[in-house]
Amino acid sequence: MAERYDAVIIGGGHNGLTTAAYLAKAGWKTLVLEKRHILGGATTSDEIVPGYTFSVLSYVVSLLRPEIIRELELPKHGLEILPLDGTFTPVPGDYLWRRDDHAATMRELRRWSKSDADAYEEYGQLMADMARFIKPILGLVPPDPTSIDPREWLGVMGLARDFARLPERQQAAFIGLMTMSAADFLDQWFETDPLKATMSASGIIGTFLGVRSPGTAYVLLHHYMGEIDGAFRAWGLHKGGTGAISYAIANAARALGAEIRTNAGVAQVRLSSAGDRATGVVLDDGEEIEAGVVVSSADVRRTFLQLLEPGVLPEDFEAAVRRFKFRGSSGKVNLALDALPTFTANPGGTEYLRGAMSISPAVDYMERAYDDAKYGRFSRRPYVDVVIPSLVDPSVAPPGKHVMSCFVQYAPYNLAEGPADWENQREAFGETVIDTISEFAPNLRDVIVETYVVTPWDMEREWGLTEGNIFHGELSLEQLFFSRPVPGWSRYRTPIRDYWMAGSSTHPGGGIMAANGRLAALELLKAKKGKVA
Amino acid sequence: MTVGTAFHPRTAQLNAKMQWREWSGFFAASEYHDSHVIEYNAIREAAALIDVSPLFKYELRGPDALRLVDRLITRDAARLTPGRAFYTPWCDEHGKVIDDGTIHRLEDADGDQLIRWTAADPQYRWLRLNAHGLDVDVADVSERDAAIALQGPLARKVLEAATGEPFGDLRYFRRRPAALGGIPVDVSRTGYTGDLGYELWIPAERAVEAWDVLVAAGEPYRVRPAGMLALDVARLEAGLVLIEVDYTSAVHSHIPAQNFSPYEIGLGRLVDLAKADFVGKRALIAEVAAGGPARRLVGLDVSWPEIEALYAAEGLAPYAPPTVSRTHVPLLANGRQVGRVTSTGWSPILKKMIALASVGVAHARTGGRVQVEWTVEAKRKLVSATVVDVPFFDPPRKRA
Repeated sequence: MAERYDAVIIGGGHNGLTTAAYLAKAGWKTLVLEKRHILGGATTSDEIVPGYTFSVLSYVVSLLRPEIIRELELPKHGLEILPLDGTFTPVPGDYLWRRDDHAATMRELRRWSKSDADAYEEYGQLMADMARFIKPILGLVPPDPTSIDPREWLGVMGLARDFARLPERQQAAFIGLMTMSAADFLDQWFETDPLKATMSASGIIGTFLGVRSPGTAYVLLHHYMGEIDGAFRAWGLHKGGTGAISYAIANAARALGAEIRTNAGVAQVRLSSAGDRATGVVLDDGEEIEAGVVVSSADVRRTFLQLLEPGVLPEDFEAAVRRFKFRGSSGKVNLALDALPTFTANPGGTEYLRGAMSISPAVDYMERAYDDAKYGRFSRRPYVDVVIPSLVDPSVAPPGKHVMSCFVQYAPYNLAEGPADWENQREAFGETVIDTISEFAPNLRDVIVETYVVTPWDMEREWGLTEGNIFHGELSLEQLFFSRPVPGWSRYRTPIRDYWMAGSSTHPGGGIMAANGRLAALELLKAKKGKVA
Repeated sequence: MTVGTAFHPRTAQLNAKMQWREWSGFFAASEYHDSHVIEYNAIREAAALIDVSPLFKYELRGPDALRLVDRLITRDAARLTPGRAFYTPWCDEHGKVIDDGTIHRLEDADGDQLIRWTAADPQYRWLRLNAHGLDVDVADVSERDAAIALQGPLARKVLEAATGEPFGDLRYFRRRPAALGGIPVDVSRTGYTGDLGYELWIPAERAVEAWDVLVAAGEPYRVRPAGMLALDVARLEAGLVLIEVDYTSAVHSHIPAQNFSPYEIGLGRLVDLAKADFVGKRALIAEVAAGGPARRLVGLDVSWPEIEALYAAEGLAPYAPPTVSRTHVPLLANGRQVGRVTSTGWSPILKKMIALASVGVAHARTGGRVQVEWTVEAKRKLVSATVVDVPFFDPPRKRA
């Protein structure tokens, strides 16, 4: 006799675990099934080189929702977010260092451009105001655009009302954010090339777009959403790597009564005989588990095209799922280091290494990196976001040694030779990244102990991220809010009754926010009136 | 005129922002880095060096040194055997706290007992007055000895690297002498951060040398100098009281309400009424017999959602100041003032707004709900707070 659960969650990443915690909190008998040997999904730490703990994929805590931290009492369960302050952009023979000291940052900006220094404050003020306006969306379940139930629209109407009340200048900025490219948007304020290039980078992360592609400006806001959390510090590194966030959420879920199994891949979702309702799952080894509700935190393609038998979905829905854009565009190079790298041009000391180091010397450089990707090759000189977590968290490396995380864009999933060719190009990709950083920090090669490269192909095969997209699908405007993942299906439900989704393919998208997982659970509890399914 | 401590040649170089505060006539760095947040990070994740030289330090020497200690402190000094350290308050004859500090028993020398007495305020006269009839010398060694706190989960590693000696066997509130690159120092397993840590007592003339040894040995462990701002966050999380902030010394009080017994500042557990007579004992017995004092020190978990709501009502994003506020604010229950909040701050590790407060005993029960004043945009509002046990943050490594 198969065991029966009120809810079975497919996938033990941060969202799946969050959903489980909230359902368990409501008294549901909940089971999480994770395919890999460790929890976390893309929010994972692993001691791949003995003594060195890598945040293998995602490497910063971005916008982890304060209400989740509070409601699940995550600090009690191991959550420890550490500061990641400052951005150091090396350029040939010089650098631009924005740091956690306003006066020092202003002086540095003035060294580049007096006008930019003034604009920086103006821009920061405007973006903080915009972020405050847009931020409530993260905690809002998108309404069904076809619904006429006014209650569903209250949240959005609130936003519309707030928008109408915004000063004209902010309304204009908002329209700009929604329609312009990151580079064009920033051109309105700044003239310093490395500044614009570095700031524009946040607009392209996880998308197959360039800094001059329209629509990339919107994501610039996300940075400021983190910032207005202020001392709450929902933005930073995590002690022990990002995997420890997953462990904290898992600990909370277990404390609330959820069961969690690893090495338990789901082969298929079982449906009722009529094929319109989920009744459980079948594991890779054939074990069957009955469930009142099945929640998938896998990405939308896996959720619908892989875990369900073909033919059970409405055709238009299935077509929309197939159209959902993944187009992974980034890779990750994790380095174990014997000593710290030294950048040729540096302000002295090692403090500049403590924040992000951004290989983004010019807007043209960024766009050229994209040009390569458009034609199916990894960037010859990529954008790299470098972080050395061991500087604020010595627990991730042996004393005096370091781990270095390099997020690299572009590494297109779809190589000209096909994605499987990543097997042949992985090493060259890693070398290119190391060469790129070495142009600014020539001693890098001398201090590398070990290199661990993750390509989008690896992300798909090992972590189940379709086409290696780190956000479970591009965070482009047409794939956000009530269009995420499929227009009309933004509210965590699916066309199959009792089959729900909770992963980053849903609103509000990817990053270690866990908002998806929470909103999905709350929406599910509301639909079932809190009662056990 | 404020002067530098024995470490000033080094701390002055490091204090790039020239953020000093005055501490007992000495310059004490507020912060050394772009922000104190990274110094707090060192205290909680790595190791931090905190110059605590401005503490007052006295050496008590003689066959009756321990008797003098026992005459003054609220704990039983008979248990202060060589190698141990006590944290304790001491009171005036009315049982009101004069000061609190750590008292260290050094090894006996030539039949003499040897004590290091540390204090926030000057105690020379008080020690001398109470030494009447005892065979003990009291020397003010405040400037003879420099002191540095080495605090954080990797503090032991740094100390072991710096001395070449194992320290795993030096238990919480024990001390022993050591050599730091040839410099004779005394090491106590004490601190004011609520973390794993040590305090090193160093001949002032060799302070700079000792600093350099610690910094060099600590480099692989990411040791950082930390200032008063970071220390204040750590000590609040640890629930440690600060004189003239969370209580007023009996020496400085002008009105009875400014006098605090140990029971009123959370130090009741350190009062041993069964021990031999000590200054203030009779008053404290009477206070206990009368049912204990009317107010207590409590920890508060201040409702962050309500603070957020106050900011939202003004159309603002919520703001949590990153430093500890020492401004006293009213504390209410059912609309009536029943106490005051004395230290308030955001705990980065707990992700909570926490506070120490002095509150009427009727409202001091753990789990009880009170209200504290919270000012946003110059509007005085109330937010609710829950009475919680202190320490707020108490990692096992503190005692490990």
